[in-house]
Amino acid sequence: MNDLTLIRKNLFRKKLRAILLTLSILIAFLIFGVLGAFYSVWSSGGALAADNRLITVNRINFTVSMPYAYWNRVAALDGVETVSHASWFGGYYQDPTQFVQTFAVDPETYLEAYAELTMPADQREAFLTTRDCLLVGADLAGQYGWSVGDTIPLLSNIWQKNDGSSSWEFNICAVFDAEDDKVPANYAMFHYDYYNEPLAFNQDQLGWLIINTTDPALNDQVARAVDEMFANSPAETETTTEAAFNEAFANQFGNIALILLFVVGSAFTTILIIVGFTMVTAINERTGEIAVMKTLGFPAPRIFRMVLSESVMLSLFGGLLGLGLAWLMIAAVAPVAAAFLPGLSLPPSVFWVGVGLSVLLGLLTGLVPAINAQRVKIVTALGKQ
Amino acid sequence: MTSLYTLTDLSKGYTRGKESITIFEELTMTIPEGDFMAIMGPSGSGKTTLLNLLGGIDRPTSGSVECQGVRVDKLSEGKLAKWRSQNVGFIFQFYNLMPTLTAAQNVELPLLLTGLSGKQRKERVATALDIVGLADRKGHRPRQLSGGQQQRVAIARAIVADPKVLLCDEPTGDLDRKSADEILETLQLLNKDLGKTIVMVTHDPSAARYARRELHLDKGRFVEQVQEPAQ
Repeated sequence: MNDLTLIRKNLFRKKLRAILLTLSILIAFLIFGVLGAFYSVWSSGGALAADNRLITVNRINFTVSMPYAYWNRVAALDGVETVSHASWFGGYYQDPTQFVQTFAVDPETYLEAYAELTMPADQREAFLTTRDCLLVGADLAGQYGWSVGDTIPLLSNIWQKNDGSSSWEFNICAVFDAEDDKVPANYAMFHYDYYNEPLAFNQDQLGWLIINTTDPALNDQVARAVDEMFANSPAETETTTEAAFNEAFANQFGNIALILLFVVGSAFTTILIIVGFTMVTAINERTGEIAVMKTLGFPAPRIFRMVLSESVMLSLFGGLLGLGLAWLMIAAVAPVAAAFLPGLSLPPSVFWVGVGLSVLLGLLTGLVPAINAQRVKIVTALGKQ
Repeated sequence: MTSLYTLTDLSKGYTRGKESITIFEELTMTIPEGDFMAIMGPSGSGKTTLLNLLGGIDRPTSGSVECQGVRVDKLSEGKLAKWRSQNVGFIFQFYNLMPTLTAAQNVELPLLLTGLSGKQRKERVATALDIVGLADRKGHRPRQLSGGQQQRVAIARAIVADPKVLLCDEPTGDLDRKSADEILETLQLLNKDLGKTIVMVTHDPSAARYARRELHLDKGRFVEQVQEPAQ
């Protein structure tokens, strides 16, 4: 037997109370783990962004297009290594609920700009040379069971052909992936020309430009030069780093960090109050026993440590269970969610912050009971028996 | 006999609101090593307070409590805790065992304050439980034991660290006659065979007869009565 035995025995002396407390802590950390994992995926765009990559969008907002001619004009600027472009196509497969995130791109420059996208060399060549080729991300292909050689129609609610049709036929000639799981492979792309030529409206317009600078130190200079070039034109631009663009895109869904902070903060405050009061009650019930321990010669600081450890152990136990359950849930959901949340997992950083928070919760909830236990007056406590 | 405790001009009082209450004043006495002393007296006479002062769990208003050259009343809280763990075994009226621990674990508790190894602690616990006749109940929790058995576990806990003195506060107050006699016989055995000094507070004259001497505390004064211990 040692102090740990005593702590453990005291912790589980009232099993129902211990189980309910553990459950409440577990739920708080389950919420923390799941939201933390989602936040990590949403905010990973910034981390994945290349530091020399800029995005130029229409100043009104990124859904408004800009003239095709901007592409070549930007390419001529000093400090620009390559420029590519992409346009939002959207589209759905067979049924409007089967949404497919699709872009019309300039194939060669796009693959240069996004060198992290990998595929077999023959498929890469096929994509570059096949006009109606659809280059599909591995997660998206997995979601719909597509493979190279398939011919599929994508329907668009926005883009109609000049023959009145809104169905676009594609030949899947390549599937891309990336070594880093967090690089999205949940979308598809095809030749801009294949999209632009039959368009019934909005021809020769681009969605956004993707600029690779020759040196990240030139980012500000290039961004300024681009925006100044198109100032006072019908389609003014706004150029930012890819990281800032991704972050702004993620924040369309709301300030995720603030939502996370609010939800987790509310859960933790509630748990703090519940566990804190319960610990105070639990220690008050044991005043006599603490007095006996002091009588036997247990020094006050040791009793303080034991009570505090009890609270930390409870919190850590519940916290680890909650984080473990969050990990299991995320692992179960990740394959299903891969199409719209690539790389969904419980990151080590979220796990360790969770562990740290559970220790902090234990210290906060145990502090008052530990001080009370330390201050127990032997004569008074024994006299009450 | 060598003196174990020397109490000099010991006073204890407390205040309740504006009223000052004196429990006893200027008590002077010695307790020899190997003594078995029963302290009797009416409720409120200060018996338990005196026991608390001897055990270092309360401090006098004035005067001194000296135990083998150590001024117990002057020790800091930390040193007092250590002194208690090494020198005093306590036995309470309501046993005060830890309900979550087994008999053996309850007995082992004071040994956690020593540097003994797990094996040594186990041996000591086995010996202590053997002395009180409960070797076969070591795995039982307090609620699985009778009152008399619980008090015997408490005695084992009190003697396991081999203290010089046992302080017993109404050790038979919650027991039937038969169990009380068994407990008192055990205390007598610890005094006679193991040389433990025992100070016992009791209301029960038949319990007091097991002691070597009986002291009556009344109105803050001692009236001593030496007697032959009951057999």
